[in-house]
Amino acid sequence: MDTVYYLIQNMLPIAIPLLLVALGGMFSEVGGIINLALEGIMLFGAFFGALFVYFIQDSGMNPQTILLLGMVVAAVAGIIYSLLLSFASITMRADQTIAGTALNMLIPAVVLLFSKMFFGSDGVTTNVSFYIRKIPVLGDIPILGELFFQKTYLTVVIGLVFMIISVIIFYKTRFGLRLRACGEHPHAADSVGISVTKMRYLGTSISGFLGGIGGFFYSVGVMDGNVNGHTGVAGFGFLALAVMIFGQWRPGKVFFAALFFAFLRTLAYSVELIPFLNNLGIDRTYYKMLPYIATMVVLAFTSKNSKAPKAEGIPYDKSLR
Amino acid sequence: MEGNNSSSKNKNSIVQFLNKIGIGSFISALMAIILGLVFGYLIMLFAIPSSANDGFGYILFGGIERIGDVFYFATPIIMTGLSVGFAMKMGLFNIGASGQYTMGMFFALYVGFMWDLPDGIHWIVAVFAGLVGGMIWGLIPGIFKAFLNVNEVITSIMFNYIGMYLVDMLIQSSGAMYDPIRTRTNYLPGSALIPPLGISGSNVNFGILIAGLIGIILYIVLQKTTFGYELKATGHNKFASEYAGMKGKTNIVLTMGIAGALSGLGGALSILAPSAIAGSSMTYEPINIISQAGFNGIAVALLGNSHPIGTIFSAIFISHIQRGGTLASLVGYKPEIIDVVVAVIIYFSSFSMIMSSYLGKFIKRLVIHSNKDDKDDKDDKEKNNLEEA
Repeated sequence: MDTVYYLIQNMLPIAIPLLLVALGGMFSEVGGIINLALEGIMLFGAFFGALFVYFIQDSGMNPQTILLLGMVVAAVAGIIYSLLLSFASITMRADQTIAGTALNMLIPAVVLLFSKMFFGSDGVTTNVSFYIRKIPVLGDIPILGELFFQKTYLTVVIGLVFMIISVIIFYKTRFGLRLRACGEHPHAADSVGISVTKMRYLGTSISGFLGGIGGFFYSVGVMDGNVNGHTGVAGFGFLALAVMIFGQWRPGKVFFAALFFAFLRTLAYSVELIPFLNNLGIDRTYYKMLPYIATMVVLAFTSKNSKAPKAEGIPYDKSLR
Repeated sequence: MEGNNSSSKNKNSIVQFLNKIGIGSFISALMAIILGLVFGYLIMLFAIPSSANDGFGYILFGGIERIGDVFYFATPIIMTGLSVGFAMKMGLFNIGASGQYTMGMFFALYVGFMWDLPDGIHWIVAVFAGLVGGMIWGLIPGIFKAFLNVNEVITSIMFNYIGMYLVDMLIQSSGAMYDPIRTRTNYLPGSALIPPLGISGSNVNFGILIAGLIGIILYIVLQKTTFGYELKATGHNKFASEYAGMKGKTNIVLTMGIAGALSGLGGALSILAPSAIAGSSMTYEPINIISQAGFNGIAVALLGNSHPIGTIFSAIFISHIQRGGTLASLVGYKPEIIDVVVAVIIYFSSFSMIMSSYLGKFIKRLVIHSNKDDKDDKDDKEKNNLEEA
């Protein structure tokens, strides 16, 4: 039972960044823009979030307040970075995959350049502990409290709140419906007076917002509040894209897909603690490959009737109506 | 009036001629490069204002003194660039060049260490092994795309990670290949090394000639063969080419296989190259990081507009500014500045075609403006014609 507690407690801080970034990718793609730059947006948000923590950590502020403020900084950074993608792919009608790749390449280099110049290291190192032993009240609930609200980070609770908000925006607001229309049939949306350009800008900006926060949460929950230019966010942005496709561009399914991947990854990194797996004597590297292999297996079975937005990746051209 | 007409005709034919030899894409690549370099200069000015000019000078011209090294480091990115460009011709985005490159490198290393072959044959077999390794890793996204409808971008990314973990594990578990004290691979036996070209002060080897030759072969395949034609046709319009009876699925698998083989060859050519230490090979450090060569290949292919010959030149250019970037550390800059410049160049080149078409329209307007008299004449003539009718 202790192993189960351990796995779930360790899984959630990993699942939340994946979930938020995948939701971000979803908002961008249902609006019609393929956001391959998620990896870069995450690192950009994580970098500025960590930089903020670095400058404020000696002020004696409550760690959880610092986390919330850092989150805001990361969100703003993410939005700003995503505007570069929006400008290229919406205003300039660039190839979205290429613009995204360029943005992914830019950020690790910038982080390394900046950190080497000002810190003499490969990234930003902070010494604030965001770890929470037990959340008051919620942590006292039997079983559930121990699973979800003990030995965790505030990021888990915030992430779940963002999940609920995303579901409401996606299904219950006029904006959500209009955004999806722009990804399915932009010309039809345009013909009833919806500005496709504005909607797509908003969609990618939401992905920048969630991507930046997701990156910061990754650095808090996985990297102990540090950011490194070499390892970046370890492909979480790409994994989030896979989670989004696995989740068929729908928030509920994305949620379970994120949990699934986070579980596999946690399992891969805690093989020693599980006697059964440890006794099998399989090289640990195979477990590290497991999330990626599982992605491929799942995609192989689900992609035949993919629910991808029909107009994704195609720059909107009014004159083709 | 006759004279005026023929001169404007000439102008049109010049424009057509320029378009034919791809001058439009050349100008747009040039614009992206200039913007990228300007951005790099601004960063340098911001970082250390006093030595920005010296550092920028190194980036622009530093590579010329080390031309051998420029070719040496251009070899692998020519191959990954050709790989990405070749897949791009069919409308496939091969972001998996990194994984294929790593796989090719591993196969070459395996043959280099494990097979005992005579001099003169050993390195050739090792290079071919690299080709096979990359091809296997390229075929997988192709098969997933063709038969299971999985986007090749996501498959490639996943197999970048799977390949990287697999190769690192296999190397670390092999006593013959891995030196646990230096945490790197051992030096390859001399017979597995690609022979150097014998230029003093540099390790430039036959690899660059192989890469150049393959670029030319690819150009011929794309321009002169049915397969090349089908490939480009599918890239232009998938549905029309299928309607015309081209085997789309087979071609997808084949294209990705070839693209993978090209990247794998890049990995083999880089790891089998002799290094600066006499009689030793390049080494690989398994630290669970995806190889940068594949991503640089994307930059190279974009800059070369996916044209095989253009790719060779753009790889040499990127390698040139990378050497310059290493030299810029003499005046206090970090070599990462080049990665920033390259990324900015790709960003701008993703929409530079549109920028240059705007520029083209602007220039056209200027030309039309200066030739207004011509136009007036023409208008008069048309009016006359109408009146006659």
